[in-house]
Amino acid sequence: MAPLVAAHGLRKSFGKTEALRGVGFEVAEGEIYGLIGPDGAGKSTLFRILATLLKADGGTATIDGLDVLAHYRPLRRRIGYMPGRFSLYQDLTVEENLAFFASIFGTTLRENYHLVADIYRQLEPFRHRRAGQLSGGMKQKLALSCTLIHAPRLLLLDEPTTGVDPVSRKEFWDTLRRLRDEQGITVIVSTPYMDEATQCDRIALIQEGAFLRVDTPQGIVDAYADTLWAVRSDRMHRLQDDLHRYPAVRTAFPFGETFHVTLHPGASARALCRHLEDCGHNNVEVRPICAGIEDCFMSLMKKSHES
Amino acid sequence: MKAKPVIIAQGLTKRFGTFTATDHISFHVDKGEIFGFLGANGAGKTTAMRMLCGLSRPTEGTATVAGFDVCREAEQVKRHIGYMSQKFALYDDLTVYENLRLFGGIYGMGGKAIREKAVFLLQELGLATERDTRVQALPLGWKQKLAFSLSIFHEPKIVFLDEPTGGVDPVTRRQFWELIYRAADRGITVFVTTHYMDEAEYCDRVSIMVDGQIEALDTPSALKRRFGADTMYDVFLRLARTARRT
Repeated sequence: MAPLVAAHGLRKSFGKTEALRGVGFEVAEGEIYGLIGPDGAGKSTLFRILATLLKADGGTATIDGLDVLAHYRPLRRRIGYMPGRFSLYQDLTVEENLAFFASIFGTTLRENYHLVADIYRQLEPFRHRRAGQLSGGMKQKLALSCTLIHAPRLLLLDEPTTGVDPVSRKEFWDTLRRLRDEQGITVIVSTPYMDEATQCDRIALIQEGAFLRVDTPQGIVDAYADTLWAVRSDRMHRLQDDLHRYPAVRTAFPFGETFHVTLHPGASARALCRHLEDCGHNNVEVRPICAGIEDCFMSLMKKSHES
Repeated sequence: MKAKPVIIAQGLTKRFGTFTATDHISFHVDKGEIFGFLGANGAGKTTAMRMLCGLSRPTEGTATVAGFDVCREAEQVKRHIGYMSQKFALYDDLTVYENLRLFGGIYGMGGKAIREKAVFLLQELGLATERDTRVQALPLGWKQKLAFSLSIFHEPKIVFLDEPTGGVDPVTRRQFWELIYRAADRGITVFVTTHYMDEAEYCDRVSIMVDGQIEALDTPSALKRRFGADTMYDVFLRLARTARRT
């Protein structure tokens, strides 16, 4: 089956800044495809090209067989784009916003209510409230409803969960999965939160305008080649300096209540443990752990800078 | 004798019409402490923070910040604090040095003090060669680190950080926390909000707000013990799920 989205060699520069340096990828129908990377990585530029709002300097992209340049008009009916900045009308009520976006696409809230019912039901008690007066989580639900109201096949969601608290974020991902499972909608979604990568079917790790790697979240983690150690002691503030000063330590990053450490070849965890005890640390714990997406991202970032 | 807390809030409350955004919160923060201020969106964090910064008058209750009353001495409060948020930090159209001069001036520093401090700061951040670069041309990670350094440029007693690390890459995020630790070591109290739960672990103490009230306040390890949770993420989910407000 042909992929729903296919992009080849997409390039875009703004002045001297290369926002995209030749990006190619495919997204299958019914997939939740995550673009994972920090601000400035090129995620929004990629979204704007796919949403037919920005012309690439080079490369091609098709969605559902339609070229983003040549067939932008029919294509716009098939996509729902949610930009990173809240872009609903703050002065219109919840209901008015939804009615407005429906009418642009020649439909009505009543006709397509079933598409948004799951999300909109939570908003209905506030349907006469102005959009500007909603809380962050509610704004996000309204924005998603407005993006869905014309029955798009592909959702382009640019950082829908940024600045949203962990509970609302979890609910949002549950909603996306239901849209995929019940309506067969394909989703391309970006996030700077590495822990959300596992919510996607496949992810692309993106940094400085290029894809570092594309795989399933499990595939990315499995490809992590180093042995990773979680290190802790009773003096966490000092641990950072003492780890960095030890020559056998290659990288040491704080991860919540432990440090994630990689060692140079030939170095032993036992020796590290002794070194830390000699530095005056008590209750030293050094144990091997499995890498997470964030460990992989930082390791790939380092490699791409070195090459 | 133990030093007097740098922030003392007692029954701090803010109502908008019939809506109580912040509902009788009481807590204190010690000098040099890194205090994590967590809560779901809409729990009342921003409102509380605005009152502590002297930007919004409490409806009820009191708070002193750096020894000044947030109602009666709001201007003094503003002089003794620093503030940085992800949304607004620096003027993009000004150069690095122009930003330093502007903020130093706003906080009442003299020309000589600004010049001396600027040299030191640019050296420390490795930005000496970017002195005359417009801020908009800097990578986001550098901007955020510069913005933080600017928020403590005038050596405030306390710095308020509102989601300072949103959107930055994982390496920069960690470098940013090294700057926070260094500031705290110098005795600057850090009051920080974040949606990254691993960052909650880096705080000395953490409070979690639900529906306008502080539902929990303790060290990260004590909170995890109390809720039988492995991570602060689990603690947060447990508490935030009890929210009735949307």
